Amino acid sequence: MDMSTIEQAKAMMTPHIGSAPQADIKVTARDVNVYYGEKQALKDVSVDIPARSVTAFIGPSGCGKSTFLRCINRMNDTIPICRVTGKIEIDGQDIYDPVLDVVQLRARVGMVFQKPNPFPKSIYENVAYGPRIHGLATSKAELDEIVMSSLEKAGLLKEVKDRLDDTGTGLSGGQQQRLCIARAIAVSPEVILMDEPCSALDPIATARVEELIDELKANFTIIIVTHSMQQAARVSQRTAFFHLGNLVEVGSTSEIFTSPRDQRTQDYITGRFG
Amino acid sequence: MTDISMEGAGAGRQRRLDVTSDAARARIRRRYRAESRFKAYGIAALTVTAAFLALLMFDILRNGLPAFWQHSLVLDVPVKADVVDPAGKRETDAIRSADYFPVMKAALDNAIPGIEGRAASKQLSRLLSTGAPDGLRQMLVADPSLIGTTVKTSLMLSDDADLYYKGTGTRVESRTSQSAATPSGLKGEVTILASSNEFAGELKTIKDAIRERAAALTNEAARVERASQGKGVERVTQLRDQAAVLAARYQQPGAAEALDGRMASVLVAINGGLVKATKIEASGITGDVLLPLKSQDEAKPGTWQVVRYLTPEADRKVSDQEVAFLERLREIGAVRNGFNWNFFTSGDSREPELAGVRGALMGTALTLLVTLLLCLPIGVMAAIYLEEFAPKNRLTDLIEVNINNLAAVPSIVFGLLGLAVFLNFFNLPRSAPLVGGLVLALLVLPTIIIAARAALKAVPPSIKEAALGVGASHQQAVFHHVLPLAMPGIMTGTIIGMAHALGETAPLLMIGMVAFIVDVPGAFTDAATVLPVQIYLWSDLPEPAFQAKTAAAIVVLLGFLFLMNGAAIWLRKKFERRW
Repeated sequence: MDMSTIEQAKAMMTPHIGSAPQADIKVTARDVNVYYGEKQALKDVSVDIPARSVTAFIGPSGCGKSTFLRCINRMNDTIPICRVTGKIEIDGQDIYDPVLDVVQLRARVGMVFQKPNPFPKSIYENVAYGPRIHGLATSKAELDEIVMSSLEKAGLLKEVKDRLDDTGTGLSGGQQQRLCIARAIAVSPEVILMDEPCSALDPIATARVEELIDELKANFTIIIVTHSMQQAARVSQRTAFFHLGNLVEVGSTSEIFTSPRDQRTQDYITGRFG
Repeated sequence: MTDISMEGAGAGRQRRLDVTSDAARARIRRRYRAESRFKAYGIAALTVTAAFLALLMFDILRNGLPAFWQHSLVLDVPVKADVVDPAGKRETDAIRSADYFPVMKAALDNAIPGIEGRAASKQLSRLLSTGAPDGLRQMLVADPSLIGTTVKTSLMLSDDADLYYKGTGTRVESRTSQSAATPSGLKGEVTILASSNEFAGELKTIKDAIRERAAALTNEAARVERASQGKGVERVTQLRDQAAVLAARYQQPGAAEALDGRMASVLVAINGGLVKATKIEASGITGDVLLPLKSQDEAKPGTWQVVRYLTPEADRKVSDQEVAFLERLREIGAVRNGFNWNFFTSGDSREPELAGVRGALMGTALTLLVTLLLCLPIGVMAAIYLEEFAPKNRLTDLIEVNINNLAAVPSIVFGLLGLAVFLNFFNLPRSAPLVGGLVLALLVLPTIIIAARAALKAVPPSIKEAALGVGASHQQAVFHHVLPLAMPGIMTGTIIGMAHALGETAPLLMIGMVAFIVDVPGAFTDAATVLPVQIYLWSDLPEPAFQAKTAAAIVVLLGFLFLMNGAAIWLRKKFERRW
């Protein structure tokens, strides 16, 4: 009552930061700017990502959504000309703090890429690699258990359980992507970033991955970049709309798609551009 | 030149690709012709390359394969106890160090009895190699009970004898006689009289040869006269006099002729012996006995032969006496042709028949091992650092440019560097595989770094990103994922580098690996030589047997190379993983 009025007032005054009163916030970003050399790719992006839910980033090509996603697990560090300013916190901890070990960060924040990229090793090895290098298993039996449960959670175990020694690259596209998801969840991350995970898959494989995302959200915070609005509508609880490097609007998915506040959002979802 | 066809006036111009007009057809034909021309060029280039390669292989094999076979004599050798083991104690050292020459001579005398005269006897014993007793020596050391008995064993022939049996001495022609002949003695100088003009043909051949020689002298005199324009009068007179002397001889077709070393030799095989003619007339010869006759009886027609050694004695390395011995040995079945294992089991030697490549092979193997152990890890690590971890600044660029330059430096400069730094400054042993390996490692390092960098660059970045996304550090991502995928390319670079190092001679000459090394090297600091240097040294030696050995060593070098490349290709296939 009082709270909701205050919340609504807040929402009206600061349209860029959507607040999710029912869940706690996992990732917060404040005034993030990203430059590729001289060119600025993101301008003053601030957003809150709630825990254990799916947040979708939508927008036309080149609007900076993938760039912002890659800031969250500091993958942009591998690009020499990329410069990030501003603050991103996960569970209140600044991830750009120089003291922080970026390798540990990437174990807490997993990533699934647009084109499935399993290692050219066996299926078992693909999933076991992460736990092994982070020392998550003390014996072979424990490692087996982690691998099996990850494959199970990714919905792949039944299909591959009798050919775990076959190479990962021999699977179909959809199976490879689910293998990459299994690989990402094997290290028990808190956040999973997905950069257009279904864009290289056929509709049936896409449906299976979307089902999987829906199951995973119970345990993981998922941020998914997608250029399919229908997918965002199906899969996410909150949606953020990016345009030309600006975060235009963020809110609950139903709000964004039925009654967006910004004209640009309206134009995008009705297909007038992008 | 595209035709634009308009579909209906004002309906909007449509440009259609024209394939039917003459111009278009001509274009298409030109394109097909260009494509088949290009294909023809490619096939021609491949054919020319293959032809050169085939020619090279054929020539090397033709010259080198004979050296892989070695003739030896299989004789009954009477092992005299008082020669081989005078003390009678059957001690290994005594047996090994005894002088086996009398034993060898006895064996030869048994095979061809009756040879007297120091010159002939010496020529007979020199048919055997100085290393001939080695096999027998080992047999006696292993089983001293053989001393005092007669042992049938194989004895290596000298290089000239071996080459004779391989066909490089002379052709031997013989014809059966048509008349009876009587020798005048059994040894020394004898005369053989035939019952008719048996030797007329041979005499005529000699007279013809003399006439040709006279004609040549006359031509030469005329040429000198023309060229010197009256100043070379002495020389001209000299030549004309010589021609006159020869003319006097051939103008008397019936007169006897003396044979010299510039003519084909004529011999008579009669009554179990062989006589070399020194003077010949139509009905008989006078000559020296090379192989003693058994009797002075008259030999019936058809039981004796006239033999000719077609290559004049002055033009060959084996004398008539030696040819006689060798032919007799062949007749009694004592000659065996066997595979020359000695070529692979013994080191270098001044005696051509005893020289082998074992020392050079060991030297090459040790040197290449040092090279590989040094340049593979250093090269791959350097490439990984430059590609993945080095900061992108001017210093890194400078290093890269210099590595590329180093790959083009002439190899002898590395030899000079090795001489100055490794030998003079660090005082490492000269001519050792350790130093050779160091020098070759420097030579090969730039090639490996460049190839390894290219291989690392070729690995798709998505794999590295996937590893980073799972929480691997940069180092883990490179070593666990990128490096294994780059392995095939790195192996290829290594193959190229090692093959390059295998054939390098110039830098190794500079660090002293040019000495005559007899012992087979056992350690990295022993004096050694390598196969290319061995080939170079042998190619310089005068004995004709070394020419075949040079080609044979080249065959071994090529075989070594193919083996190395085969192993590396197998390794590359094993590491290959498709992404």
